[in-house]
Amino acid sequence: MATAREVKLRIRSVKNIAQITRALQAVSASKVQRAIATVEATRPYATKAWEVLTHIANQPGRDQMHPLMTRRTEVKNVLVALITSDRGLAGPYNTNILRYTFRKFDDYPVPVHYVTIGRKGREILHRRGKHIVADFSGVPDRPKFADVSHIGHLLVEEFLSGKADEIYLVYTDFVNMLRQNPTSKKLLPLEVEDAGRVQDFAPTAGHKPLAAYIYEPDEVEILNEIVPRFTQLQVFHAILESQASEHAARMVAMKNATDNASELADALQLEYNKARQQSITSEMLDIAGGAEALAQAMAAAARKAAGG
Amino acid sequence: MPIRCEIVSQDRMVWSGEADMVVVPGAGGEMGILPNHAPLLSTLKPGFIKVVRNGEEEVFTVTGGVVEVRPDKVTVLADASEHVAEIDVQRAEAARKRAEELLKKTPPSAAEHLAAQAALQRARIRLEAARRFRPKRGPQIQSGPAEDED
Repeated sequence: MATAREVKLRIRSVKNIAQITRALQAVSASKVQRAIATVEATRPYATKAWEVLTHIANQPGRDQMHPLMTRRTEVKNVLVALITSDRGLAGPYNTNILRYTFRKFDDYPVPVHYVTIGRKGREILHRRGKHIVADFSGVPDRPKFADVSHIGHLLVEEFLSGKADEIYLVYTDFVNMLRQNPTSKKLLPLEVEDAGRVQDFAPTAGHKPLAAYIYEPDEVEILNEIVPRFTQLQVFHAILESQASEHAARMVAMKNATDNASELADALQLEYNKARQQSITSEMLDIAGGAEALAQAMAAAARKAAGG
Repeated sequence: MPIRCEIVSQDRMVWSGEADMVVVPGAGGEMGILPNHAPLLSTLKPGFIKVVRNGEEEVFTVTGGVVEVRPDKVTVLADASEHVAEIDVQRAEAARKRAEELLKKTPPSAAEHLAAQAALQRARIRLEAARRFRPKRGPQIQSGPAEDED
């Protein structure tokens, strides 16, 4: 049994930990809100760009599609952009997204290359011997579009140069504070028929694109302008969703840690009380024993004096 | 009848409201858009967007993008856009100096050269917008010593 003093020290350190985890919990909670607000801010552009894209793509009599929107007949290489966090202590966040990635792409029929966004993913992929084309760790906490647009730029280049025939974006979709889903989405070629995406950027109702547009200078130029931006925007969007998820996961993990720490502190407090009780008891026994011995010695002395 | 105008960039809604006329730097030159304009899609060149309403002008910089025109609505999908009042002249000036210095040195790669040129152009547009369209009241903002372009 530990002494009262030792237990007291442990209680203090556990309480300190609880204080830190509680602070981290509060910080993460506010970061989730901010990330969600930023996601919302990307919506007007995304909705409008999507509307214009589908409109041009669905024009009758279009002889050739934009290169970024053309599905390749033979897929020889696949590129996966994987978004994880730079920092740990985020509960199951990184494990979940990595497990999802490996389940989906480990037995893929064609070679898979990776672009990692986030240090944790890079480390694990590296350890597993995956081929990493590029790494974009250290995305700032409150990214602006300009901070991450180069990632989308690189992905577009990889696709256009033919190094990758399909590009997937693997990220964590933020559902709510308690639920974050690992998700993947085909980034390129951009498929406008893709129903899943329409859900994301559904145009506002009653706002059908008009039939006949004047194009200036021409459709191809307009697509050249919009498609890469839209791709970058999707990457930006995914990063924000992932960050919201990361912070939510961290918040929950920190809440659990705080709860555990208080529980432990309570248990230790009991132990401390017991130890304290015990030391008092033994001290009292010592005193009582000493007093008894003293009394006996005195009685013996008194008897000796009386008898002598 | 006014026309509705929205200027959105990737990370925010820059401006939205009613206008009597919107002037944008289209691919084929400056374009003034009045209500009931024919549907049009055009790319944008770097320059200024002017929104006129009740004789007053709101000016925005734009570094490129796409504009969609409908009879009742103009939507600008801008790469980057800001209201003249939002321009940080000091920062723009610093950015211009940095870009110019980068361009003076022998650039190590074509990509960097392009990036520096783009940065320079952005800074120049901002500075020019601030010089031309800022309301002249209160203490003048010092926009640096040189306005010359080369």
